[in-house]
Amino acid sequence: MSEKKVKRREFIFTATYAVGAVGVGATIWPLIDQMNPDASVKALASTEVDISNVEKGQSITVLWRGKPVFIRRRTEEEIAKARDVNVDELKHPEKDEDRAKDPEWLVMLGVCTHLGCVPLGDKGEYGGWFCPCHGSHYDTSGRIRKGPAPTNMEVPKYEFVNGDTIKIG
Amino acid sequence: MSDHEYTPSSKFGKWFNDRLPLLTLGKHLTDYPTPKNLNYWWTFGGILTFCLITQIVTGLILAMHYVAHADLAFGSVEHIMRNVNYGWLIRYVHANGASMFFLAVYIHIFRSLYYGSYKSPREIIWILGMIIYILMMAAAFMGYVLPWGQMSFWGATVITNLFSAIPLVGESIVTWLWGGYSVDNPTLTRFFSLHYLIPFLILGLVVLHIWALHVPGNNNPIGIDLKKPSKDTVPFHPYIVIKDLFALLIFLIVFAFFVFYSPNILGHADNYIEANPMVTPAHIVPEWYLLPFYAILRSVPDKLLGVIAMFGALFILVILPWLDTSKTRSAIFRPLYKQFYWFLVADVLILGYVGAMPAEGIYLLVARVATAYYFAHFLIILPILSKKERVLDVPLSITEPILGGSVSASAVRQKKDKL
Repeated sequence: MSEKKVKRREFIFTATYAVGAVGVGATIWPLIDQMNPDASVKALASTEVDISNVEKGQSITVLWRGKPVFIRRRTEEEIAKARDVNVDELKHPEKDEDRAKDPEWLVMLGVCTHLGCVPLGDKGEYGGWFCPCHGSHYDTSGRIRKGPAPTNMEVPKYEFVNGDTIKIG
Repeated sequence: MSDHEYTPSSKFGKWFNDRLPLLTLGKHLTDYPTPKNLNYWWTFGGILTFCLITQIVTGLILAMHYVAHADLAFGSVEHIMRNVNYGWLIRYVHANGASMFFLAVYIHIFRSLYYGSYKSPREIIWILGMIIYILMMAAAFMGYVLPWGQMSFWGATVITNLFSAIPLVGESIVTWLWGGYSVDNPTLTRFFSLHYLIPFLILGLVVLHIWALHVPGNNNPIGIDLKKPSKDTVPFHPYIVIKDLFALLIFLIVFAFFVFYSPNILGHADNYIEANPMVTPAHIVPEWYLLPFYAILRSVPDKLLGVIAMFGALFILVILPWLDTSKTRSAIFRPLYKQFYWFLVADVLILGYVGAMPAEGIYLLVARVATAYYFAHFLIILPILSKKERVLDVPLSITEPILGGSVSASAVRQKKDKL
C-alpha cells in the first residue's frame, strides 16, 4: 500500500463528508426558515393613521405589525422636559431631536425593551411611561431612565403623509 | 438487561420470546430487586409516571375539541368547559394535572438531593431527569399559552423576549420564534404543535431514565451499595407495586381536592380575559412552579445577566454530581449537609414567594440575597463540604443497624477507611 493511495482515500472521504454536510444543511434550511414571518405577515408592513383628532397632551395607540404604537401630541412642557436633559448621562444616549422629527409628535413602539410589555402612559418618575411588569421608567421622549430595560422605546420608520395622516412602516 | 435467563412456560411464549424478548423484560421488571428500606419519598417515581400518562390522555382528548387559532382558541376553551360532555372535568384535570406533575417532580428532585441519589454511579439518571424537568417546563409554558387569555399572551411575550437578550442575533431569534413581529397566530399554532410533541419526548426520556436506573438499581435511605438480590432487597412486584399504589391513592386525594373543590386556585383570573395585544395586565406572574426561576431573573438588574442567571440556576443542577463529590450519599450520615439541605429548601421556597410579589423594595432585596445564596449553595458550600465535612459511620448493610452484632463496629470503621 503506497502512501499516495491512502491520501487519495482520505480525500474521497473528506469530499464526501463535505458534500453530505452541504446537502444536509440545504435540506434542513427550509424546515427552519418556515418559522420566520411569512408573506402574509410581511404584507401588513405599513399602516396609515389619522391624527387630526388628537389634541395636545393626548395619546393614541394603534396596532402595527401586532404591536401597539404610541402616537403622542406633546405639550410644550413635555417637549421642554425631554430636551432639557444631559444626553451623556442617559443609559441609552439619544437626543430628543433625533427621536421626534416634529417635536410636537412622538411616535414610538409601545413595547418595553426589557421583556415586551406595554408601558402605561402619564406614569413613572419621569412623567412619561412606566412598565408595570418589571418596573422600567421612561421619560417624555420614551427614553429609559430607570429600571431593567436596556434601551429606549424604539422609534419606527414613519412619515407625515399630510398634516392629518402619519404612515408607519 | 436481565440478571438471569428466563424461559417462558408456554410453547407460544417461548416461541414469541425467542423472537422478541418482551416476556424476559416483564420478568425483569417484576423480579427487579429493590432495597427493602425504601420510604414513601421513593413512591414519587410511580406517581410521576401516572401524572405523565394522565396529561397525555387528557391532552389527546382536549386536542379533539380545541382550535389552535388566535381568533378561535379562547372561545374553543369555553366551548370545552360548557358544551363538551365532561369537558370541564377533562380540562380541569389537565390544568391541575400540570401543577400536580410539578408538585411530584419537586418532591422527587428534593428526595434525590437529600439522599444523594445523583451521585456516582447514578449521574446519567440524574442528568436525564434534569432534561425531563426542563422539557416539562417548556411543555407547561406552551400549554399555558394555548387558551389565549391575557396571561397566556403576556406570559408568552415575556418568556420569548428572554431570547432577545442574546447579543447580535437575539432579535432575529425572537422574530423566528414568533413567526412575525409580535406573539400572534403563527406563534399559537407552533406552540400547539410543540406542546403536543414534548410529552412524547418526555415519555422516551422516562424509558431511558428507568433503564439507567435499572443498571445500578435504586439508591436507598442509607445510601449504601447493596448486594442484589440479597436479604436487603425485595422483588419489585408485589412489594413496591403495592406501596406505590397506596401512595398514589393518597396523592390522588390531593389531586381530586384541587380538581373538584378549587380548580382555579392555582390559575390567574386574568386568563379568563381574552388576549389583548394593546393592554398588559398590571401584575404578570408565571405559574407557581416557575416562580423561583422568575425571582432569580428579576433579581438581576441587567437584562442579559438576568437571563444568564435564570438559565444558570437550572444548568447548575445538571452538573451537581461534580459539585458535590462527597462519597457519603445520604444526608442521614452528613450532619452539616443535612442542615444546608434544609437551608436550600427554605431558600427555594423564599425565592418562590418573592417571585410572586412585585419586584420592588424589600421583596427585591430578599430576592437578591436568596439568589446569591442559591448559587453559593452549589458553587461554594457543596464543594467545601465535600472536602471538609466529618461524616458519620455508614452501616454495611440495611439489616446491620437493626439486627446489630452481625458486623463489628471495627469492621464498619475499616469499611469507612476504605471509602
